[in-house]
Amino acid sequence: MSTPFYVSPEQVIKDKADYARKGIARGRSVVVLEYAEGICMVAENPSRALHKISEIYDRIAFAAVGKYNEFENLRVAGVRLADLRGYSYARRDVTARGLANAYAQTLGSIFTETNKPYEVEIVVAEIGDDPSGDSLYRLRFDGSVADEQGYVAMGGSAEAVSAALQSRWQPGLALAEAVSLAVSVLAKEGAPDGIPEDRVLEVTQLEVAILERGRPRRTFRRIEGEALRVMLPTAAASDPAVPEAPDSDADSAPATEPDASV
Amino acid sequence: MTVADPLSGKGFDGSGAGLPYAFLAAGNGSFSAFLASLDPSLLTTAVGAGTHAIDAPHGTTIVSSVFPGGVVMAGDRRATMGNLIASREIEKVFQADEYSCVGIAGTAGLAIELVRLFQVELEHYEKIEGVTLSMEGKANRLSSMLRGNLAMAMQGLAVVPLFAGYDQDQSRGRIFSYDVTGGRDEEHDFHSVGSGSLFARGSLKKLYRSDLDATGAVRVCIEALYDAADDDSATGGPDLARGILPVVTVVDAQGYRRIPEPELDTLVRAVVAARQQRPDGPYAPSGQEAQA
Repeated sequence: MSTPFYVSPEQVIKDKADYARKGIARGRSVVVLEYAEGICMVAENPSRALHKISEIYDRIAFAAVGKYNEFENLRVAGVRLADLRGYSYARRDVTARGLANAYAQTLGSIFTETNKPYEVEIVVAEIGDDPSGDSLYRLRFDGSVADEQGYVAMGGSAEAVSAALQSRWQPGLALAEAVSLAVSVLAKEGAPDGIPEDRVLEVTQLEVAILERGRPRRTFRRIEGEALRVMLPTAAASDPAVPEAPDSDADSAPATEPDASV
Repeated sequence: MTVADPLSGKGFDGSGAGLPYAFLAAGNGSFSAFLASLDPSLLTTAVGAGTHAIDAPHGTTIVSSVFPGGVVMAGDRRATMGNLIASREIEKVFQADEYSCVGIAGTAGLAIELVRLFQVELEHYEKIEGVTLSMEGKANRLSSMLRGNLAMAMQGLAVVPLFAGYDQDQSRGRIFSYDVTGGRDEEHDFHSVGSGSLFARGSLKKLYRSDLDATGAVRVCIEALYDAADDDSATGGPDLARGILPVVTVVDAQGYRRIPEPELDTLVRAVVAARQQRPDGPYAPSGQEAQA
């Protein structure tokens, strides 16, 4: 019946990290990937109101997995920081790097200084003037930052999703190809109990948004409804009577790329 | 709580590194309220009040007119400082968000800062809450922001905005006018603010028709600005020699757009040409025409 008076720092950190990892692993994954004209973010999210992907600033977006109230807190802080910087200096002076640093420090202090770490993982994405200027910062619950290239997967089965992306992602994808790729790897994601499944994700189960290089000022745009349906991997096969996309963007033309249903 | 440098992102909980507590605290979607809670000195209204009025550039005339399905707002390009012209190409009509615009008369420096804050305010709310404010909500926000400038207004540094936009709930253009205390009124059909507003409003009163289309409403606004410039020395007319035209914007169901230079040039030249025939503007119908 002895109460341990001493717990080693290693043990404390390990316990906290395990706790955070478990929390994050409960949710579905989010995929962020670069395509020719911007950055595309795809999440499995049946809610219309509680977003996993959001706009932070003109060229910066935020994607997160984990506990909603915690990443929502960080999202709001990010919008505040970005708007404050843009208002105090100039719109051009708001960068993903500055934001990622602030998030890293905040997550780091929460992890070390409080009893309960945040159970979140976030990506701060920013588009540049050309694809070489794009940046993806991935932040973990303990405040560690990674500068990723090309694509990022976060969430319960991030490793499996990353592995699938590694073999199929390539630079210069069209938007419809990128969305289709992201949706098809998310559909193969293992269920929370570890049994892999092959599901068909419908428009209503998905949250898709892009940062679009060609747009002036605010580049963030959500893709919903019919415009999204024509990009899904099974759109052509499952419903032959797909009407023309109402969205006249060249990028969102009906997607029937050959490897979509592989 | 003290924040040494609110932009450095230092001082979570006042102890370690990270975002200051104010960033992570629950709040409403208001940027100016956040700014005030973080560091009031970032708001222009916090500038210490002196005892002497100072001479600063003043913006002059803004006109606005609704048409079925939208609203037009236009402003001349002159700023004055006493009897001098401080600028002949200042812009006083701005996009507030996707579906609204704001024009300003009064102390130009403060007014433009107010507009900048208002723009951030609307965008901030939209990003935080995930929906845009209603037309009334936007108008009320501007009202309370203006009230914050009251101390300055009492020293002669008044700002008088005119706010207009397309109300997506009611599918129509709407205009809101303000006084220096933040008092807000919805205007029907048309309105004008600034030193030349009396003349502009007289002109609008005679030329406005409820069945105007967007181009017709733009024409009426250009005529009104011309009349304001005709009788008010602080309002600038179209400067064709330098190619300086009024700023004219339209907000309708498709959103905000500023009339591009080539299109505007044609419309302005038509007004100027008509004034060369009859300098006082369109005339009342003669006896025979009136009976027809």
